[in-house]
Amino acid sequence: MSQAIERARTYLKPLKKLPTVWCGGCGLGVVMGSLTRVISGMGIEKNKMATISGIGCTGRLPTYIDTNSLHTTHGRALGFATGVKLANPELTVVTVMGDGDSVAIGGNHFIHACRRNIDITAIVVNNCIYGMTGGQYSPTTPHGKRGTTAPYGNVEYEFNIVSLAAGAGATFVARTTVYHVRELDKLIERAIRHRGFSVVEVVSNCYTSYGRLNKFSGPVDMFKWMKESAVTVKQASDMSPDELVGKLVRGIHVEKDQPEFIDVYDKLARDLTADSSTVNQKLRETIESYERLGDRLKARIG
Amino acid sequence: MSGNNERPIWVLQGNEACSVGAVAAGVNFFAGYPITPSSEVAEFMARHLPLIGGRFIQMEDEIASMAAIIGASLAGARSMTATSGPGFSLMQENLGLACLAEIPCVILNVQRAGPSTGLPTQPAQGDVMQTRWGTHGDHAIIALAPATVLECIELTACCVSLSEEFRTPVVLLLDEVIGHMRESVAIPAPGSYKVRSRPLPSDDEEDYQPFCCRCNDVPPMAHFGGPHRFHVTGLTHDERGFPTMVPAEVDKKIRGIVDKIELKADDLAMNEETMTDDCEVLLFAYGSSARVAKASVKDLRERGVKAGLLRVKTIWPFSGKRLKELAPQLRTIIVPEMNLGQLVTEVERAVAGVAPVRHLGRVDGHLFEPDQITDFVLEEIAS
Amino acid sequence: MTKDSGRFEIRLSGSGGQGLMLAGKLLAEAASVCDGKNTVQTQSYGPEARGGKSKTDVVISAEEIDYPKATRVDVLLAMTQVSADEYRKSLKEDGLFVVDSYLVDDPGHDSAIGIPFTLLAIEKCGRALFANVIALGAIVELSNAVEWESLEKTVLARVPSGTEDVNKRALDVGREAARSATGKAS
Repeated sequence: MSQAIERARTYLKPLKKLPTVWCGGCGLGVVMGSLTRVISGMGIEKNKMATISGIGCTGRLPTYIDTNSLHTTHGRALGFATGVKLANPELTVVTVMGDGDSVAIGGNHFIHACRRNIDITAIVVNNCIYGMTGGQYSPTTPHGKRGTTAPYGNVEYEFNIVSLAAGAGATFVARTTVYHVRELDKLIERAIRHRGFSVVEVVSNCYTSYGRLNKFSGPVDMFKWMKESAVTVKQASDMSPDELVGKLVRGIHVEKDQPEFIDVYDKLARDLTADSSTVNQKLRETIESYERLGDRLKARIG
Repeated sequence: MSGNNERPIWVLQGNEACSVGAVAAGVNFFAGYPITPSSEVAEFMARHLPLIGGRFIQMEDEIASMAAIIGASLAGARSMTATSGPGFSLMQENLGLACLAEIPCVILNVQRAGPSTGLPTQPAQGDVMQTRWGTHGDHAIIALAPATVLECIELTACCVSLSEEFRTPVVLLLDEVIGHMRESVAIPAPGSYKVRSRPLPSDDEEDYQPFCCRCNDVPPMAHFGGPHRFHVTGLTHDERGFPTMVPAEVDKKIRGIVDKIELKADDLAMNEETMTDDCEVLLFAYGSSARVAKASVKDLRERGVKAGLLRVKTIWPFSGKRLKELAPQLRTIIVPEMNLGQLVTEVERAVAGVAPVRHLGRVDGHLFEPDQITDFVLEEIAS
Repeated sequence: MTKDSGRFEIRLSGSGGQGLMLAGKLLAEAASVCDGKNTVQTQSYGPEARGGKSKTDVVISAEEIDYPKATRVDVLLAMTQVSADEYRKSLKEDGLFVVDSYLVDDPGHDSAIGIPFTLLAIEKCGRALFANVIALGAIVELSNAVEWESLEKTVLARVPSGTEDVNKRALDVGREAARSATGKAS
């Protein structure tokens, strides 16, 4: 075990000084620990992986992970990840996003990434609040709970990220919490190994912003809440809707085979170029003439 | 221009020519969202990229399109998108990231009349200042404006080259007239241009620093998946790419991304001059307006007015060098633009009162007619 | 006409679906790729091109073309009454005005030449969609805007394979119709 931890530590950037920017007791450290254990355990080459994030507390995570890392604009991690993956499919691409990042400002990108099924893993750390900006309510703040912009309780109703991802067509969807660390390791690994778009929702704690406003006595109290309100997918299947109110259903919710975008695209491209009857003569000639033009343009390179 | 075997003649649409120029210059990744009057570029790329080993994707909006071309460039592709006003507005956010994080990419903006949805199928030149200042914070930008279909090929290739050379986003600013018209093109002779590649670090370089440059050089750029791994952020960063709030480091970074472009303004200037040697009235124009201005210069000469045209192909960075040289001989400078006064402010700044500058604006969704410019000039010199 | 020097402007007008954009492209290609002239072709875009008014302008010149749009038209083709009414005022004083007499009742112009392109297309080529190619044959015969061989070569290179014969027939039908309309012997 300690060997595994030592190996995981080598996946943290040596140049970045710890501690992190995160508050003591924050679940993001647990997520980072889990991700480094998984990618080191899988033996993913550091140069062949890109960890990509948006903005917020979660957005800082790639700064510490010793792979290629890209800290983008708020909500846009999946757009950048799409470009990175399409330009170099050899790379293992993992995005880490918060709840506001992924399903508020980035909601459109999120559902379309689910639909496209490009081989990217999205880890969504859901702490039910905008933490870095000081505790404003987010799309996952439960109805009635408080935020600094919901001082009398949230009037809106929250997203269920798992249902959202499943409804949008994601081919791997799972949920767990930062309390269930072994399950978290297992799910992140399953998600990365899944060929297609995979979503892991990690319910986390933001004591500083969410906990204090919603009558938790400290970070540990929030871990207790996760422990007590989580039920497995199997347990949930025997429970009534009333019994499931306020429960966190953890485990794999969706896992299905569906051709991956780049696999389909590249096969199409191969078929088109190989089959002379498909690419008609005029198109072929046109492409050749562009190539000749390209040669003219490139003649002076170097 | 006549047809011979050495220089074949094609009839191409402006948007199509941009696509041809892009493919010829090695663009192998395109992400975009449909919008009039630029959609022909996306359609061309969707047809051709899979056949030449590239990849095309239609994103959910222009925000994501811009994100995707930046991501692709970081992973080593030559990437491009195409849009028009409303989409260009949405791209400003990530355009800023590309400026700060010094990531090459090319954005085609086929200008249509705005603001807002405006006139989707009608031309304008209203995005000149948005191109320069549309994203927040201090930065510099390179923007080129073609006036012919041949230039759509040449300048798109040039945009690719400049974006790579300077590690920066480059905008091709055309307008609906140029994007949609078809024109005969004598295909350029071999070796007409040079398409550069981004500066690369050596594979065995120890301790690669992705944003470390000496003087005003452009720092070498590795790519994701190559021998160097590195961190990229939209936060202001130090030479290793990590966030910094140290005033001296922040200052150096911001001045660096501006100076690497602004200090080269005179070198980057591409102009075409028509009868400027002895001219007393100078028309200053770009894009489709410059074609009309050229017709007007010929009319004016026939009427005995010593008119000339300075057409700029490089909009940003703005070089006032030629204007300063010409100003002492001029009675007036006339700036026709399909807007209510954008690049004219730079012209005024450059000539600094040495010659009077007059703006002729048109914002009704139509290109100028030669008579309109000619009449304006005649009135100006009479008064 | 003035095909050897200066600027020559052709406007093809009608309604969306009559194939005029394609006809404009073919003219431009014939003029530049085959005849070695400079050409610029522009056209109407947007809602008006979707079934409503449709127009394309082709400017041909041995010299550089600066202003890209047509202003004083040397040849005007109108394939509908609406387009005849709309564009007849753009015609030069000595310009050539050709209408599809099957669809245009009143050209509103003394020297307009009427040829029933759509009817000829149905009767001689089997389908109305050949009216554009027949019209091309007619206006090239009447104006010499491009060399006949250039037009024929361009049309045959651009049409879907298998339709070369019927398109060639369409061009000839147009030429014949133009000759009889102006009293020239074929």
